[in-house]
Amino acid sequence: MKKLDAFRIRAVVRKELRDYRRKRAIVVSMAVLPVLFLVEPVVTVFLAPTSLTGSSLDQSLILPILYLLLIPTVMPSTLAAYAVAGEREQGTLEPLLTTPIRQQELILGKAAAVMIPTMALSYTVFGLFLAAVALFAHPVIATAFFHEGAELLALFLLAPLLAGWAIVVGMAVSVRASEVRVAQQLGVLASFPPVAVILLLAVGVLHPTFPLALEFAVALLAIDGMALRLTSGMFDRERLVTGSKAS
Amino acid sequence: MTATTATTTATVRVSRTGPGSNQGRPWEVALDGDVVGSLRRGETLELAVPPGHHGLHVRSKGILASPERPFAAREGQIIGFSCRARPRHPFIVQRSIVWLVASLFTRHSWITLTPDTPDETDTAEVTETAEVTETTDETDTADMTDLTDTALTAGIAATAGSPRGVTNGMALGATARAALLRQPRSRAEDGEPVLTVESLSKRFGSRTAFSEVSFEVFRGEVFGFLGPNGAGKTTTVRTLGTLIAPTSGSATVAGIPLSPENGVEIRRRISIMPEAPGLYLRLTVAENLEYFAGLYGLHHPATRITDALEAVNLGDRAGDLCSGLSKGLRQRVGLARTLLSDPAVMFLDEPTSGLDPVAAREVHDLVDGLRQRGVTIFLTTHRLDEAEKLCDRVAILNTTLRTIGRPAELRAQLFKSALIVETVEPLDDPGALFTSLASVESWRAVGAGTYELTVPDPRLAAPEVARRLVGVGADVLSLREAHHSLEDVYLELISEDVEARRA
Repeated sequence: MKKLDAFRIRAVVRKELRDYRRKRAIVVSMAVLPVLFLVEPVVTVFLAPTSLTGSSLDQSLILPILYLLLIPTVMPSTLAAYAVAGEREQGTLEPLLTTPIRQQELILGKAAAVMIPTMALSYTVFGLFLAAVALFAHPVIATAFFHEGAELLALFLLAPLLAGWAIVVGMAVSVRASEVRVAQQLGVLASFPPVAVILLLAVGVLHPTFPLALEFAVALLAIDGMALRLTSGMFDRERLVTGSKAS
Repeated sequence: MTATTATTTATVRVSRTGPGSNQGRPWEVALDGDVVGSLRRGETLELAVPPGHHGLHVRSKGILASPERPFAAREGQIIGFSCRARPRHPFIVQRSIVWLVASLFTRHSWITLTPDTPDETDTAEVTETAEVTETTDETDTADMTDLTDTALTAGIAATAGSPRGVTNGMALGATARAALLRQPRSRAEDGEPVLTVESLSKRFGSRTAFSEVSFEVFRGEVFGFLGPNGAGKTTTVRTLGTLIAPTSGSATVAGIPLSPENGVEIRRRISIMPEAPGLYLRLTVAENLEYFAGLYGLHHPATRITDALEAVNLGDRAGDLCSGLSKGLRQRVGLARTLLSDPAVMFLDEPTSGLDPVAAREVHDLVDGLRQRGVTIFLTTHRLDEAEKLCDRVAILNTTLRTIGRPAELRAQLFKSALIVETVEPLDDPGALFTSLASVESWRAVGAGTYELTVPDPRLAAPEVARRLVGVGADVLSLREAHHSLEDVYLELISEDVEARRA
């Protein structure tokens, strides 16, 4: 890999964050989505019957954690899908491509710009949720919940990896899509595979254990890395400008 | 990749100033990280450096140092820097305390290293050397920072005058104009091509965008690239700008061979303004420029942004959101963006497309101002009046290159000298009249009472024609030399192509 310039990557990140802040739809969706995803886990934990014990209780407490993982899975796909298709739509892609920035720098910058608010919001919501459980849940439930230390660790570990998947796939879609709307729809669809795994865990087909979470994390890390390389490969200046690959 | 190129050296002159009765301990001067000399107070050190981007810093033995100041050196420049111990501010207690605390965390704040003012620099003696230059994609990214601004602020005195006369005050704000004119380049007369294109072709499947195109553009030249829609102009610009790979042929852009691995280095030395300025509408003008400055590796771009905006008379609109700007103003922001990186070649693709006459005129004035500054401009346009007004040379492309040359040369090549005769009433027998004149080669009627006479020398023919017309009692309204515009040349060539396709 060629030497990458952190300064140019930072320039992209700074500009993207600035741009997001000024786009009302993005600000609203980023504010509302996490709150929506927070409601179900809170309700589940606060309504969990205190009579449950053992694996039944464990199972009922795993569900909110899995549900929270939807935040980093679903939230970034919309932003990532906007990354290149948005540039194309507003006519800024060609001026951008005429600068010395390398494709990997641009992709990393754009990915980081999506990752930063996603993780900030995800971890904030996780923190709020844990604080709510600690402060307001029934002591039996709270004790049982925090007894699931490994699962909570998995929550924090898997969140960036799931976000990474959604971002990379969203950007890959964005590179090829001609319109932002199409890119966003396909980007959300592309985030479904990890969601499917979460659902399998939730319905008990897979049994959530810390080793399984670790295996899942390693697999995700490898997939994210490969997907990033593939997306970089797709980021061909000629294809982006003319719509066809260099002959 | 290794290419052999002839380069010339630049001179960096570092002076140490500051109060004190003795010369003090010597400070080390480091160029690109290597110590190249030492300086005592009152001394000046001169260094010969190859053209390109360098970093300079000064340090006292121990821990005190200046920040590294990146700069761009061009052939024959003398770039002056002054260094001194950071002055104390005994009366500004609070500021000093803040600075002292900050200094605990950085050792680069103890010595200041600043570029000299333009007046303190002068034209350099150019030393011709031949050297092997590494041109590689791995070249470190451009650190054309505020002291790259050497080009703008450290200043280089004029090495060549402007053949077009005075600077256009309407196009360039006074301050920016002064800043821009501090870095004039050598002009086309230098004979050094900055753009060499040889048999370049681009095909998209079975469709040929352009074919076997060859030309050279010289330093300081405004080169017009004309052609009808679909002629391949924009594709040529995109190819030279490394956005598109050519199918065949070769080119050298800003001294670097056109190849995928040289893409970053080429893009660092050029700037392209596409037909649509492509601004981020939710960002302000300054934020847009700041972003692109970052992409070009300009670490402290404030001065450059200010100069670029003033150059397009937008100094007072820096804080405006781009969404609130008119199309003409957005185009000007786009132009300011191309000025940021101090490019060796500027590609302007239809810069006046869609602009009203006033806005177009402003863009013309700006291009003219840049030309006077010696910037090499590659201008694609449909507007022939624009090309005729602005360009030193033009090329007409219609998939293949139809012609290239100065507008006057092209007119002379395509059109013979002619006289236009206008009479009140049509002549009774114009054929007999005009063919009997020795100085007239041929004639044709171009309207009622209007005739075009092909003559080898209008100055010799005009008196003879006038005498004969008066002699036959014709009421002559006018007798003048025919002037063919670049538009006539263009239409002639393009209509030939249309006819050839029909045939």
